[in-house]
Amino acid sequence: MATTTPDLPRSRRPKGAARPGDRIFSGLSRGSGITLLVIMAAIAVFLTYRAVLAISQDSTNFFTTFEWNPAGNPPVFGIAVLAFGTVVSSIVAMVIAVPIAIGIALFISHYAPRKLAKPLAYVVDLLAAVPSIIYGLWGAIFLVPYLDGLNQWLDTYLGWTYIFDKSSDGVARNLFTVGILLAIMILPIITNVTREVFLQVPKMHEEAALALGATRWEVIRMSVLPFGRSGIISASMLGLGRALGETMAVAVVLSPSFLISGHLLDPGGGTFAQNIAAKFNEADEFGRDALIASGLVLFAITLLVNGAARWIIGRRKEYSGAAA
Amino acid sequence: MSHAIQDRPVAVTPRRGTLAHARLPRWTPAAVAAGSIAAGIGIGAGAGWHSKIQWGLIAALIFVAATYTITSKVEGSRQAKDRVATSLVWVCFVLAVVPLLSLAWVTISKGMTVLDGYFLTHSMNGVLDAEAGGGVYHALLGTVEQVGIATLIAAPIGLLTAVYLVEYGGGKLAQAVTFFVDVMTGIPSIVAGLFILATWNLMLGFGPSGFAGAMALAILMMPVVVRSTEEMLKLVPNELREASLALGIPKWRTILKVVLPTAIGGITTGVMLAVARITGETAPVLLLVFGTKLINPNPFEGAQSSLPLYVYEQYAVGTDAAVARAWAAALVLIAFVMILNLVARGIARWKAPKTGR
Repeated sequence: MATTTPDLPRSRRPKGAARPGDRIFSGLSRGSGITLLVIMAAIAVFLTYRAVLAISQDSTNFFTTFEWNPAGNPPVFGIAVLAFGTVVSSIVAMVIAVPIAIGIALFISHYAPRKLAKPLAYVVDLLAAVPSIIYGLWGAIFLVPYLDGLNQWLDTYLGWTYIFDKSSDGVARNLFTVGILLAIMILPIITNVTREVFLQVPKMHEEAALALGATRWEVIRMSVLPFGRSGIISASMLGLGRALGETMAVAVVLSPSFLISGHLLDPGGGTFAQNIAAKFNEADEFGRDALIASGLVLFAITLLVNGAARWIIGRRKEYSGAAA
Repeated sequence: MSHAIQDRPVAVTPRRGTLAHARLPRWTPAAVAAGSIAAGIGIGAGAGWHSKIQWGLIAALIFVAATYTITSKVEGSRQAKDRVATSLVWVCFVLAVVPLLSLAWVTISKGMTVLDGYFLTHSMNGVLDAEAGGGVYHALLGTVEQVGIATLIAAPIGLLTAVYLVEYGGGKLAQAVTFFVDVMTGIPSIVAGLFILATWNLMLGFGPSGFAGAMALAILMMPVVVRSTEEMLKLVPNELREASLALGIPKWRTILKVVLPTAIGGITTGVMLAVARITGETAPVLLLVFGTKLINPNPFEGAQSSLPLYVYEQYAVGTDAAVARAWAAALVLIAFVMILNLVARGIARWKAPKTGR
């Protein structure tokens, strides 16, 4: 059968699959794909396993406890403070980064002179590659002293809002500063994805708006932003995923403490990743399991955020034709 | 839709009967910018604020407000909104550029003070924390070895997975792989480190080593390689595959001899960008490689160091000499990453597949 009937399209398949070279190669590549899935599954399984070991020994509620003392007798540790700090610093980062990133993306795609736009897009690409430890070093040594003034100003004029009330003295190694640093760090990725989407806006939409006498801003508001909305959302969520899991920059800048305080300008708080990096060296094996438990929570959160972002992008592709 | 079209002229035309509007002269934005910067400096200096950031913020606010008032007086509110949007976009751009320029400037200027040939060729063996001297040789060596091993693990798996997705894909498995590759891109580096810690170190009982770190880095690298390779393979024109298959060449040889060579430039770029990304990862290295002051050329046994970890350690020490070393190492690291990036993009431009014109 493999030798005759060359004009039947059906015959190609069995013929191709029969060759040993083809079988090996397709098996190898399929195997690699499966390896990736297995790694993802293994991450979930092993982290869960170690986390269960730790949490079963925890003498208090893992989700509502404010302390981190797995070496104690009985061991007491919980993620309430870490969850709070992670969420708050990420919110600050998103509030600052998303509008600015949209602005930069618009600048590159619609406002900048053409000669400037291309190198600029290139620079933004490069910035995404700057290692986080360098942002951390810069943040701790350069940004923190600079933000002291801003902190005092916020305290003086916006102190009545409670969140900007600075109740204790000290340098600006607080969640607010961490948020600003995270915002700077996630700007490139949000900008990149958003820019890609803005460049995909059909020229016809924009020209139609222009033909109706719209100003440039009206073109953007009526045709670019509605088209790019899901792109903006998913880009922001990708950025959020980065901000949630950022370790070194936070570990270097924040002066942590196990307190929840609504005063963002007071030093203190912590994030999942920062806590792991900070507590790792002093932890014994059980302490490491406890840290793994907190890492599992972080893993689950980032998985949800990234999965949602990809789902939104994927849904968009179906009807925009952007996939081609 | 139609009511929106009819609305607009009605809203605008009463202002002036003709099509021509009064226009502000072209130098207006520049003049307003100069004025608001001057006002910002004046207010900032007058109030005695220490932080230049506030001066800039005040100037930006004044600029936006002034633009709006002036334009709406002369040109009408729609034009005013347009100008405000334009200035906001420019402000965003400036706001973003300032910290990034500052980052580059600070790293270069502070890093250059210690960086020299001695720094690159010596380890920290016997150097006290407060003492000047010492170098990054051990960290550089560790980084190169760890990243090399990670690449050896991740690049083949990533490449083959991409081949699977593009050439053999379709069906439930390929969909699942695509989705999880995307999700895997977002795994925090510390989680990858914890995974290797949980399996390799805690369950199998191995101590810290460069290899353990390399495995965590490989996990971070795989999805990046898959993504970029996939994009590149999709760019290879189908005519090439069909021509090769029509000559009776088996599919695997078609892929190896036709598809991959066509896309090799882009694939190399993707792998190098992935290498650049993992070179800067600190968190997994901190958990798994542990750090040392000595030169340890064996990645399979004993603690090693790495550049990002070295930066972190020296910063944590906190003495002047150590912080200077941290900056110098940061400069080495950033140079390493940027060179990789630039070379990678150079290759991409040079070897870009010729797609249909």
